[in-house]
Amino acid sequence: MKARRDRTGLAALAPFLWLGLFFLFPFLLVAKLSLSDTALAIPPYTPRIYWSAGLAGLKTFFAALDFETYARLTSDRLYIVAYLSSLKFAAISTGILLILGYPLAYAMARCAPAVRQALLMAMILPFWTSFLIRVYALIGILKPEGLLNTALRLVGLGPVNILNTETAIYIGLVYAYLPFMVLPLYAVLERQQHDLLEAAADLGCTPFEAFWRVTFPLSLPGVAAGALLCFIPMVGEFVIPDLLGGSSTLMLGKTIWTEFFANRDWPAASAVAIVLLFTLVVPIVLYQRQQAKLMEAGR
Amino acid sequence: MKRGLTTFNIASLVIGFGFLYLPIVLLVIYSFNASRLVTVWGGFSTKWYASLFRNEQLLDAIWVTFRIGLISATIATVLGTFAAVALVRAGRFKGRTLFSGMIFAPLVMPEVILGLSLLLLFVSLGLPRGFWTVTVSHATVTMCYAAVVIQARLSAFDRQLEEAAQDLGCPPIKAFFAITLPNIAPAVAAAWMLAFTLSLDDLVIASFTSGPGSTTLPMRIYSQVRLGVSPEINAVSTLLIGLVATGVIAVYLFQMRKRREA
Repeated sequence: MKARRDRTGLAALAPFLWLGLFFLFPFLLVAKLSLSDTALAIPPYTPRIYWSAGLAGLKTFFAALDFETYARLTSDRLYIVAYLSSLKFAAISTGILLILGYPLAYAMARCAPAVRQALLMAMILPFWTSFLIRVYALIGILKPEGLLNTALRLVGLGPVNILNTETAIYIGLVYAYLPFMVLPLYAVLERQQHDLLEAAADLGCTPFEAFWRVTFPLSLPGVAAGALLCFIPMVGEFVIPDLLGGSSTLMLGKTIWTEFFANRDWPAASAVAIVLLFTLVVPIVLYQRQQAKLMEAGR
Repeated sequence: MKRGLTTFNIASLVIGFGFLYLPIVLLVIYSFNASRLVTVWGGFSTKWYASLFRNEQLLDAIWVTFRIGLISATIATVLGTFAAVALVRAGRFKGRTLFSGMIFAPLVMPEVILGLSLLLLFVSLGLPRGFWTVTVSHATVTMCYAAVVIQARLSAFDRQLEEAAQDLGCPPIKAFFAITLPNIAPAVAAAWMLAFTLSLDDLVIASFTSGPGSTTLPMRIYSQVRLGVSPEINAVSTLLIGLVATGVIAVYLFQMRKRREA
């Protein structure tokens, strides 16, 4: 029995090596590049390691690294604004998602089993649909001569200007991430025992009290999972601020993209990525812990 | 949970699903609009679909995207199955925490970070960017999704069947292929489909890791969307949504029927 278990670990070998090479190792390269300087070269940074120079080459390489790029980030107001507004957008959207997603997941969990299955499927379907296409669908509605303003005109209301504003980003984030919030919430709510609420009612709880003192506390793991699952990627979101927010909005994901593709400043893009990563490391570890715990419980 | 819906429950469902589906429904409807203007309904027409099939650039992009999806999803599913087996079956092994960290982190990691880091890897290895760099990148990210999907099914699978086979003298590897794999096959298939659609939909990672001649469909769509809304994009989006929805709904109905038979 024991020997068999030990050999099962070998199954991890191929994915371990693959992820080590293509997921873990590249982060060292990002960290390294964030300490380099920009240069007019291909690839556009300096210093580079010259393996032919041997150990001496490695030494000059390390000597040339500095924290100049990071100093540049902290002195430039644009980066700081982008950092803070990324956190703001992600935090507020997570809040809106909870307020919108909780009643939805709760209502889904209360449906009859057959309806529940169909609704669950309808909630998963957008998750499979292209993110880009779903954001694109919003543009047609929100743009100045779009469907929203056409509808508003029909009921005699003035045009509203939403596209390329912060409001558009909030709408986009909430729209795109709603299934990510609802699904973990639904998973915990659906499993709850009806007996618990009956017991609470027998003991004199009003339905609202029963919800607040029984259902809600028991659903907190789902709340945490949904919030982390939305908050973490939203901080680094690129497509939504780029397509819905217009040129004036600053968010970290967009900053990395612009530094990389438009300004060809690879060290700056890397430094922003490292800052973003350090910001998200705590929530990511929390999320991973929770998933591992759920996995243990499922066994 | 208590059955019977309150008005508040029904309102939540209507608002939630309405919000989720209205934009997609409108996008599909307007792909059949004869007028080029998004807000003016100029009558029913399929001309944008016709012009789609004459657009060489778009067709090229679709072909590249499908090939990348097929290959990367297959790599991801094989690696993801191994990873799931290790996560569920291996108990404590050296580096387990790191391993499960590497499986779960890419699920929430912002795509720009993944794209940038993979690109730097390819540059430092001196690999020319193109078809294969995108394929490898997609396989890396989607294998984590595949692992999670398969892991869920595997941990629900009754291990005694496999142990019984081994007690009867079946070698562990053979027992896995003869008994466990057929049992988790629906999850393996679902994992492949998920990996395939994620690859099909990805814009950010592909933008970082692709090179000349390997522009994917989302990259094409993105560059056109930046120029404004066009009915042709509505048409290609409708086809993509239709394809994915058909696949997902077919799998769902198939599973429902099997469950009823069981």
